[in-house]
Amino acid sequence: MDELIIADRKFRSRLFIGTGKFSSSQTMAEAIEAAGAEIVTVALRRVDIANQNDDMLSAIDRSKYLLLPNTSGARTADEAVRLSRMARAATGINWVKLEVTPDPYYLLPDPVETLKAAEILVKEGFVVLPYINADPILSKRLQDVGTATVMPLASPIGSNQGLKTRAAIEIIIEQANVPVVVDAGLGLPSHAAEAMEMGADAVLVNTAIATANDPVKMAMGFKLAVEAGRIAYLSGASAESKKASPSSPLTGFLRN
Amino acid sequence: MNKMADTKRHTSTNIKTILTDRGLDGCGRDIWTKRLEEIKTAEVEWALSRKPGYYVLDRLLLLISPAAENYLEQMAQLAHQVTLRRFGRTVRLYAPLYLSNFCVNDCVYCGFNRTHDFPRIRLTIEQALAEADVIAKEGFKDLLLVSSEDRDFITVDYLTELASKLREKFSSISVEIYQMTTEEYAKLFAAGIEGITLYQETYDRDTYRKYHPAGPKADYDYRLSAPDSFGQARMREIGIGALLGLSDPLRPRSEASWRLETLALAEHAYYLMKRYWQSRVSFSFPRLRPAKDVNPSQFALLSDKNLVQMILALRLCFADAGFTISTREPAYLRDHLVTLGITRMSAGSKTNPGGYSGHGSSVEQFEIDDNRTPAQIAAMLKSQGLEPVWKDWDSGFLPALPG
Repeated sequence: MDELIIADRKFRSRLFIGTGKFSSSQTMAEAIEAAGAEIVTVALRRVDIANQNDDMLSAIDRSKYLLLPNTSGARTADEAVRLSRMARAATGINWVKLEVTPDPYYLLPDPVETLKAAEILVKEGFVVLPYINADPILSKRLQDVGTATVMPLASPIGSNQGLKTRAAIEIIIEQANVPVVVDAGLGLPSHAAEAMEMGADAVLVNTAIATANDPVKMAMGFKLAVEAGRIAYLSGASAESKKASPSSPLTGFLRN
Repeated sequence: MNKMADTKRHTSTNIKTILTDRGLDGCGRDIWTKRLEEIKTAEVEWALSRKPGYYVLDRLLLLISPAAENYLEQMAQLAHQVTLRRFGRTVRLYAPLYLSNFCVNDCVYCGFNRTHDFPRIRLTIEQALAEADVIAKEGFKDLLLVSSEDRDFITVDYLTELASKLREKFSSISVEIYQMTTEEYAKLFAAGIEGITLYQETYDRDTYRKYHPAGPKADYDYRLSAPDSFGQARMREIGIGALLGLSDPLRPRSEASWRLETLALAEHAYYLMKRYWQSRVSFSFPRLRPAKDVNPSQFALLSDKNLVQMILALRLCFADAGFTISTREPAYLRDHLVTLGITRMSAGSKTNPGGYSGHGSSVEQFEIDDNRTPAQIAAMLKSQGLEPVWKDWDSGFLPALPG
């Protein structure tokens, strides 16, 4: 499969994995492996980032995976910036998945605070991957300040509803100068395939895998779906039509 | 109660008016009681056919009705799914640290009641830190500071100093203390205290008066306004609850008391969620426990079945709220509740100041039931395929301390 390039770094996998909600760190590690993922995001609130022996962190092999800290739980730009700096100081990782989600119920991202934080973090040399609502103008504004990707949500996080924001994500993809990673709400491999077929560069999945009866199998399902969706996108799928179009046309015999 | 009122949307701007308009404060309670008794099986089935996880008063009413008692298994399955999707296979663990049992209040059910004669204990900052050390060694990162109404000693300055010293060891610090002003809460928040739990105890004014005859806490309306102050102080977590088992003096034999409490509690939560939309509202389910010098015959203790119905009904209405259960409850019940919507539990708790480090052989607020160690609780969770979560916050969110 073709490579995904983010901030000059190359990846073969287009499936990012979130690490919350697993029944154990071991199951999480097995699911990440089965997903063939290369980018794994961890909530700074959940781990003791400075501690090598942290249960969750020690289950993620840093030589195999890019550990992407996220600022989940931050209500303001200030908090997200502070947390990112702390994580970088403790680990040397300068990548951050920027999440500013002041509403604790739907966990929807705050566009104003996210843009503010992104601007500061980019200036400080961070590679910023912002989690946003599917807003094409916000996507452009974030790219203008120098974010490495945009990560629009498919539907509210953890909701498994699939691509409810499809129309807006189509515009974001069409207008993007950076990779578009569809994040949040993908509940089934078919949802992930749909996003990839549309031309998303990657997807991020957590709840659908972590809360499946067999997370490892589900991770495999998502891996295959993401690959299938990408291949379909690259193949130049033929256009959809309301009318039937026979594969052996009735007028095929006419020579001229 | 106005029958034509829109029960889906609050139009009033304060909880007192909302509860009055809904008929949950005062004379409307008899109408609700009658309605509860009349609910039919078909109505419960309708309620269960709706998409779970969203609050509507009318639907909650059906789910907490006597008729719904025959549907507990179905409710449990739905509650499990809803909780799993939102919280995953995880349960947060926390420990309470009792700071003082000096009290100016006269709560009839409480071991710390001011009229009770026993040697009282207050922990100095150093003693509290020694207690916290024991708790931290057990693995806890989530600490709840608890105190009786001891305004002279457990001051805002005491709490802010203690919190600033605890920040190194604990990623999350919350309090369950006497009611303060918004300005005082804002100072606690600035010092790194991010959540407050305060129970209304009961949403029935008459019952409240019966059990809180004297002391600052006797003012029902002031108490009701407390969670607003938490929200105004920008607290991240607002914990609410009713003390289950208080009996209504006007209807002492009424079996409906806990059902009405659930309705009022839900209205309160919904109001807070909409008004303080950046704070997370969580529910606790404290059942009355035996305590020193407290006569249990004056209460209407809640059965396990009732408690489970209350938890399930609320979970089917509030998918995203944290649900807490303490060591008041017996081990066998707690082991089952973690798959029915509970998302946070205490472990290895001592409810007497000085209890962890063994320096105070003092009186407990109430007797705990689940005496297992934190390690045993963690093992129990793992055996059920659940991850014990010790840390779910980080002091990195907070501004650096001055100086």
